[in-house]
Amino acid sequence: MAAEPGILAPLDVERIRRDFPILSRQVRGRPLVYLDNGASAQRPRAVIEAERDYYERHHSNVHRGVHTLSQEATGLFEGAREKLRRFINAASTKEIVFVRGTTEAINLVSQAWGRPRLQPGDEIVITWLEHHANIVPWQQVCEQTGARLRVVPIDRRGVVDLDAYRAMLGPRTRMVAVAHVSNALGTVLPVREIVAMARERGIATLVDGAQAVPHQRVDVRDLGCDFYAFSGHKLFGPTGIGVLYGRERVLESMPPWQGGGDMILTVSFERTTYNTLPFRFEAGTPNIAGAIGLGVAVDYVESVGMERIARHEHDLLDYATSRLLTVPGLTIIGTAPEKASLVSFVLDGVHPHDLGTILDAEGVAIRTGHHCAMPVMDFFDVPATARASFAFYNTHAEIDALVRALGIAREMLG
Amino acid sequence: MDLADLYRDVIVDHNKRPRNFGRLEHPNRTAEGHNPLCGDKLHIFLDVEGDLIRDIRFEGRGCAISTASASLMSEAVKGRRVADVQHLFASVHDMLTRHDAPVPAELGKLAALSGVREYPARVKCASLCWHTLNAALADEAAPVTTE
Repeated sequence: MAAEPGILAPLDVERIRRDFPILSRQVRGRPLVYLDNGASAQRPRAVIEAERDYYERHHSNVHRGVHTLSQEATGLFEGAREKLRRFINAASTKEIVFVRGTTEAINLVSQAWGRPRLQPGDEIVITWLEHHANIVPWQQVCEQTGARLRVVPIDRRGVVDLDAYRAMLGPRTRMVAVAHVSNALGTVLPVREIVAMARERGIATLVDGAQAVPHQRVDVRDLGCDFYAFSGHKLFGPTGIGVLYGRERVLESMPPWQGGGDMILTVSFERTTYNTLPFRFEAGTPNIAGAIGLGVAVDYVESVGMERIARHEHDLLDYATSRLLTVPGLTIIGTAPEKASLVSFVLDGVHPHDLGTILDAEGVAIRTGHHCAMPVMDFFDVPATARASFAFYNTHAEIDALVRALGIAREMLG
Repeated sequence: MDLADLYRDVIVDHNKRPRNFGRLEHPNRTAEGHNPLCGDKLHIFLDVEGDLIRDIRFEGRGCAISTASASLMSEAVKGRRVADVQHLFASVHDMLTRHDAPVPAELGKLAALSGVREYPARVKCASLCWHTLNAALADEAAPVTTE
């Protein structure tokens, strides 16, 4: 892709946009400006067609029949697993567990890893900027086991306090579970450092990568974490499919999470023996089409190039930040030096909820609300924020449309 | 659907200058309402004597629709009988949720909220204050939520 080593050709965004059918639609009589990628990104035609092709030509259940369709379906499904393995550089496909999404992945770990081994007084460490999906499953397992949840503070920029984190690691710390990128603020956490500090002390680690994998190359072996979770639909793939990466040795030590078909070797009424990895954690018929679609989504972003995506998005972030700061009365919430391509903000005199409606009338889709991160909202003492989150198909012109729509909102309500 | 139909002048005015905003010194009924979806919070204070709402104030923070709705409601119910208020609530509810329903004249200024029915995601913003008022009248201790 690169013309010369170290030199990346810029993205041909107009060509990329043509790969995403939904981007050419109109909303309320205006061209759609889709800036809600942090909630869910859009799909390229290749992903939509892969799912349709699967249903039209290859569908059957996986890992079961000896007939042609079952073998084709299994081949495509396991082929997708290999693509996902390569995408995050896992050592083996045994380490790639298909789940519904990040939320299910974290629940799986809290229940199958945490519940059997956590003791009263044990500690689980998270940070203040976690999504509810990386808070609530841990609270639940704490209630079940008597373990304690500890929360690493953040500063006014939305940066995690690493000194406080280090001080929090103690003899009772069993798990450190942190976001790779904050969905509410955009902060990129120094996960490599965070994981290393935990590993030195023999503490298990989970990284919630839902907001990271669409924007930057992720190498789980380089990060060194025990678990890494992400969702397909934020990565331009289908909904209802995601990945839990687990280090093989750790997954091996865990009992199954759900019981049923596909997760067993033998079943009698006296005794059941469990299947090997990763199938032990995939009870029941999986989301076959979703996994295949996600594999194609990974092909797609790799053909564009994760480095080029990251660079384009950095440019979008810089442009959006400087343009938004020209809007009178606008305050950006989350000003960490290392940020992914999203901007959370509030506008004086205009509630985020009203902003969402007014921007929608201009065809601009953003997220407004608490972003499933109520502790973050409390920390910054705002009931909600507006959040524009960018993908590699977004443009400067779309950011201009956002800024123009904010002007209209100010005129209307400010 | 025109945005100006949602954010009518009356709404914008009541959002900027909410009437009866603040606390009552000695309320005999109060209730809290919460819309977890958007983080809106509302606290209603009542002075009720027999079946008469002698005074009402509210505080909290929310979007323009939620603030204006609470402000308009406070004006509409102050000095009214509880039974009348319950009848009014039913009319407001119809106005917010039924596309075909004509807006009854008794709603007065509250009719400014009729544009909300074209925005299903915003109906809860407009109705939170009414549910909270109902809870206060019923003297319910648990906070009201729209979810």
